[in-house]
Amino acid sequence: MKLGTFFAFLAGAALCFCAVGQAQAADLPPIKVGVYLPLTGQNAFGGQLELEGVRLAQKEMPQVLNRPVELVIVDNKSDKVEAANAVKRLVERDKVVALIGTYGSSLAMAGAEVAEKAMIPGVGTSCTNPLVTQGKKYYFRACFIDPYQGAAAATYAYDTLGFRKAAVLMDMTNDYAVGLSSFFSRSFKKLGGTVLATLKYSSGDQDFTAQLTELIAKKPDIVFMPAYFAEGAIIMKQARELGATFRLMGADAMDNPDTLKLGGKAAEGFLHTTFPYDPTMSGMSAEAKRFTDAWKAAYPDKETNVNGALGYNTYFLIVDAIRRANSAEPKAIAKALAETKDLPTALGKLSINASHDAEMPVGIIEYKNGKRVYVGEVTPK
Amino acid sequence: MSLDIFLQHFFNALTLGSLYALIAIGYTMVYGILRLINFAHGDILMVGAYFVFFGTFAFGWPWGVSALLAVAGASVLGIVVEKAAYRPLRDAPRISALISAIAVSFFIESLAVVVFTGQPRPVLQPEWLVSEWQLGGVRILPLTAFVPAMTMALVVILLYIVYHTKPGLAMRAISKDIETTRLLGVKVDNIIALTFGIGSALAAASGIMWALRYPQVHPYMGIMPGLKAFIAAVFGGIGSIQGAVIGGVTLGFVEIMTVAFMPDLSGYRDAFAFVLLVLVLLFKPTGLLGESMEEKI
Repeated sequence: MKLGTFFAFLAGAALCFCAVGQAQAADLPPIKVGVYLPLTGQNAFGGQLELEGVRLAQKEMPQVLNRPVELVIVDNKSDKVEAANAVKRLVERDKVVALIGTYGSSLAMAGAEVAEKAMIPGVGTSCTNPLVTQGKKYYFRACFIDPYQGAAAATYAYDTLGFRKAAVLMDMTNDYAVGLSSFFSRSFKKLGGTVLATLKYSSGDQDFTAQLTELIAKKPDIVFMPAYFAEGAIIMKQARELGATFRLMGADAMDNPDTLKLGGKAAEGFLHTTFPYDPTMSGMSAEAKRFTDAWKAAYPDKETNVNGALGYNTYFLIVDAIRRANSAEPKAIAKALAETKDLPTALGKLSINASHDAEMPVGIIEYKNGKRVYVGEVTPK
Repeated sequence: MSLDIFLQHFFNALTLGSLYALIAIGYTMVYGILRLINFAHGDILMVGAYFVFFGTFAFGWPWGVSALLAVAGASVLGIVVEKAAYRPLRDAPRISALISAIAVSFFIESLAVVVFTGQPRPVLQPEWLVSEWQLGGVRILPLTAFVPAMTMALVVILLYIVYHTKPGLAMRAISKDIETTRLLGVKVDNIIALTFGIGSALAAASGIMWALRYPQVHPYMGIMPGLKAFIAAVFGGIGSIQGAVIGGVTLGFVEIMTVAFMPDLSGYRDAFAFVLLVLVLLFKPTGLLGESMEEKI
């Protein structure tokens, strides 16, 4: 190295040092948190929203234990291999102490595998497949798993609506539907209700008249059908055409603007579960309000949304764990994460359960007078 | 099971079976004449349903007008498909035409995804078809009667064309021997084009009925009905119009009654339908009515 270059380098380094020293009150090194999300590719839409939520949270709470929190952001390109590489890079090169990510269960599974081996705690944002955290010591998620909604639907039907007789109509070839249905039945029975029948169909079926006629004959108060919105809309229409008087209830796969468009008048009175956040919700918690206001200030041209809230929550979940652990050691953070209980968040009180999934209230949507209305939350029993 | 419930199942089955029958006669007609399984049949059904969707929603035409134009549009599409994808392969081995048919099917589906997008869309049901009729404890929609009636009417028209008109005579001749028919001075290409035109019109008509019963259109809506109707056609004896009707109605009844009498096995109703098909084919390899060549048009 030439002498001149060497001096230039020294001067530069000194300058940097001063700048850092001035900007940060804390003289301790930053705590590095890795973020891997799909910022390009097919899942980019959700990934971007979640990143915006994470950034919002970091702006709100940039320090913990008197040390600044530094986000190291890597794009996993909506690709499983890239997701694994991203986590490897964050762990080995950037030496992060915790990970945030990701949108998309298959991406999270690839990332979680690497994190588990490296023994670095990670928190998934919106990966709802049970396999993401299954059998893992270091992986968690800030959202609930799909079947959890089944229990919430049962609680709402039994407690809030006062129904005692239920039935289930499900796509037996779809994991999501089978999982939700069995949780629904189990919870509904545990609460004291009766499940009169479980009728099945296969993906791609368009004729549900036989199953619906059977259900009508059994006279349930409510039929739980965790279908996708397109077939769900057909089920609603056929049920009304056959003169069904029972209520129908679905889960978040029905949460699509098209539900109303396709269902038309038959959608009236339809219920479904969803994440416990909606810009129109009444009685917003202080945390939800803070998130809504912060989001509106930072991204005035974008609607507040659940993915943003999940990203926002994930950051706070990790920071809270670091604070409680009083350490930035990965192992201590993981231990604290597992002990999270009733943390107030933008999506209600959040606890981490034994399988490392978040437990929080579940939102309920009802279609009233041709409109989608957020009617409240329910905590599954 | 009470009588009311049984009757409700009966009408559900009749409607579903008639839909299968209507689609199956389109398959069987083309097969009977050309020995070609037109895999694009289900996709033409889809296009027909979309034509009605656009007629009623985008242009605001009355449902009846849209339906007629959709049938006309679909027959033009059928003739174009025949010219482009099947005619050049008429002297090629039969398997090549079959592959070409599969290609056409994928092509139409993909094109529909690009042009119409993959989003399902709601279909308008004319009021008079969905006002309710209450017969004792049974609720039926006029639609429930309309579908079987239309199927019967179209079958009668089709049988008339095939057995009592000159082009029908030519079709039957082609089904026996294309070369001899040509030597007798029949314009074979025109008759085959006509066959595809009629077949596609039937597909569109069944697509329109299907979309009335299951009021949604999406680019892949034709696949399952097409597959089921194909089974119905084979079951009844492919090539036989009466066989297709029997096959379609039987399939509809098996599917509905499986659920009605064995609700616990409701998810396996396709399996029951297939088992029945296998049994019939084991004992009658040509299907129920597919025994003698004379009966094939």
